[in-house]
Amino acid sequence: MQKTRQRLVALFLKESMQLLRDRRTLMMVFGLPAIELFLFGYAVALTVYHIPTAIVDQARTPQSRDFSLALVNSQYFDVKETLQSEDQVIAAIDAGDVKAGIVIPRDFSTRLENENANVLILLDGSDSFSTQSGYSAASIIAQNYSTQLTVEKIERAGIAAGPLFEDTSMPITTSIRVLYNPDLRDLWFILPAIIGMILQSMAVTLAALAIVREREVGTLEQILATPTRPFELILGKMIPLVVLCIVIIGITLGLGIFWFGVPFRGSLWLYMGLTLLFIISSLGLGLVISTIAKNQRQTIQITQMLMVFSMLLTGLVYPRNAMPAVSQFIGDLIPLTYFIRISRGIVTKGVGLGFFWGDALVLLIYGLIVIIIASFSFRNRLD
Amino acid sequence: MVDEIAISAEGLTKIFKTSAMWNTAVDRLSLQVRRGETYGLIGPDGAGKTTTIRLLLGLLSHTEGKSSILGFDSINNTYEIRERVGYIAQQFVLPADLTVMENMRFFANIQGVTVDEQKKRIPELLAFAGLTDFTDRLAGQLSGGMKKKLALACSLVHAPQVVLLDEPTLGVDPVSRREFWNLLGNLRAEQGLTIFVCTPYMDEAERCNQIGLIYGGRLVVSNTPKQIKRMVAGELLEFTPSQFVAAREIMDRLEGVLEVQTYGEKLHIFVDDAERRKPQIEAALNSRGISHQEIRKIEVRMEEAFISLIRSQAKVEEASAPMTAAMS
Repeated sequence: MQKTRQRLVALFLKESMQLLRDRRTLMMVFGLPAIELFLFGYAVALTVYHIPTAIVDQARTPQSRDFSLALVNSQYFDVKETLQSEDQVIAAIDAGDVKAGIVIPRDFSTRLENENANVLILLDGSDSFSTQSGYSAASIIAQNYSTQLTVEKIERAGIAAGPLFEDTSMPITTSIRVLYNPDLRDLWFILPAIIGMILQSMAVTLAALAIVREREVGTLEQILATPTRPFELILGKMIPLVVLCIVIIGITLGLGIFWFGVPFRGSLWLYMGLTLLFIISSLGLGLVISTIAKNQRQTIQITQMLMVFSMLLTGLVYPRNAMPAVSQFIGDLIPLTYFIRISRGIVTKGVGLGFFWGDALVLLIYGLIVIIIASFSFRNRLD
Repeated sequence: MVDEIAISAEGLTKIFKTSAMWNTAVDRLSLQVRRGETYGLIGPDGAGKTTTIRLLLGLLSHTEGKSSILGFDSINNTYEIRERVGYIAQQFVLPADLTVMENMRFFANIQGVTVDEQKKRIPELLAFAGLTDFTDRLAGQLSGGMKKKLALACSLVHAPQVVLLDEPTLGVDPVSRREFWNLLGNLRAEQGLTIFVCTPYMDEAERCNQIGLIYGGRLVVSNTPKQIKRMVAGELLEFTPSQFVAAREIMDRLEGVLEVQTYGEKLHIFVDDAERRKPQIEAALNSRGISHQEIRKIEVRMEEAFISLIRSQAKVEEASAPMTAAMS
């Protein structure tokens, strides 16, 4: 017991010293999360603002002018051209002059009275992000506009707005973005997931490399030839990495909250606790990879593949429920999938454990399984 | 105490199974090393030296056979062995980004050496290895020879009774090699340390009490250097011919010649009777117009013995090869 402690302390100190002396890795560890965060915060916008737009107002009424003003004021649409017909709009999109077209029909105002006004929105489908942004923006604006009109109309009819409000038939789209992210700020949505992404790729890569590098160089053989037990070796290597990961989450979360102004709505302690669970699962996954990879190059290849899968299949950017079953299944094998739901739940929605206890439980089981697999394949021998 | 066995192996076998083939790295190897002995395992690259040492240490699982160090079974009592044995792996494998002192402390702690003992032993070992002035230097920045000495000092930090060294002087200059072996000699003389060393160098082999020749995973012979040299049949003649290839061909066919070895531009000829064959060789060379310097009778060295023994072993294996092929 005494000797176990002495060995653990020795291994922990050795790993920490080596980590602190490895300038390149340290720079990667601290620089990369910040760079990724700034990329997603500034350079990569999922929502497209100022979409060049052509407008056709065939109604020419105060209501139709109001509506087109609302579109412009939203900043999503910039009116570049005012045209006369739908055909002209299509021609303009084809020519690449504009990416969106709005056609307000002649009977807009009269049909508005009957609550079935139609507005035609034409979008350049070749630019999927513009399409998505334009579509959601236009439908929200249309919805807000008609809501406003409906409320006004009800008030004019002399009926109290409140209790009857629910009965009036309105096309209310309930998507998470609209509920929790009313300004459609991408970063509010993406930051909790990006934190997980950064954390997972760091933890997996560092854990796998910590073992593979020593095995490749031969240090592992020299240390295995001492009375060191495998679990001491693994713990001695993993504890400094856990500390490092906690520093990383501090940096990313701090940048997100204080630089990008993302609100943190839930419990910080709950978040830290579950993040620790996620870190342990990711480190465990890295250990499992280290038992498969033969050298550092293979390790990097495997972790990069994992990163691509994580980008696409965990719900980081693309919604998972739209994916085919196979893709969903692969996503289920990646710890990030569970953490993203937890992270969004706590950071963006501010909900408690009751809403994602299933994900937390899976993460716990996941961590246990990978550590069991890793410790079974990591023996006190070389073969 | 003198005759006590420090290391023993019985029918030690290791087969590496890959999807493509089975590779028998060590084949029914048996040996015994007494306490205080320096045992040299000699063999060409790929003969199974490293695998043998790893099997003894329990770093590899045994396919068959048993081995023990200080009476502890390599597999079942691995940790008892690792507490009492020092080991230097083939590549230099101490953490390169730790200083000399940090490396010493790390291995001392990992071996459970108490702080008081460390204060005494570490300076002693550093002085012994001539590293006292380099305690703050990173291990990666030491010269090849100093790295090996540091590795030796680290492997001795827990006062082991046995050390296993896997080609400890690989890639080290001759002067440093000599220094390293002098250190080993001191250890054996002063502390009665049992040393098990793998090496491809014949001059190092001559420094051992006992030598095992390993070839193709088999222990061809295990004996004292003197005995091994005597095992080679015949006497040895040496000369430098003017036409090397032609001279060699003549020698191969000459009566009474047991074996021909090349040594630089010299030929080494094993013959049944040196006095009788020397004039015959001269005559054969002269008849072909090949001039040569004086034919001298020389002592068989480890190198000639080694090549000769390995050649005869290879012939034995060749003869049995078709049978093995038919069986598999």
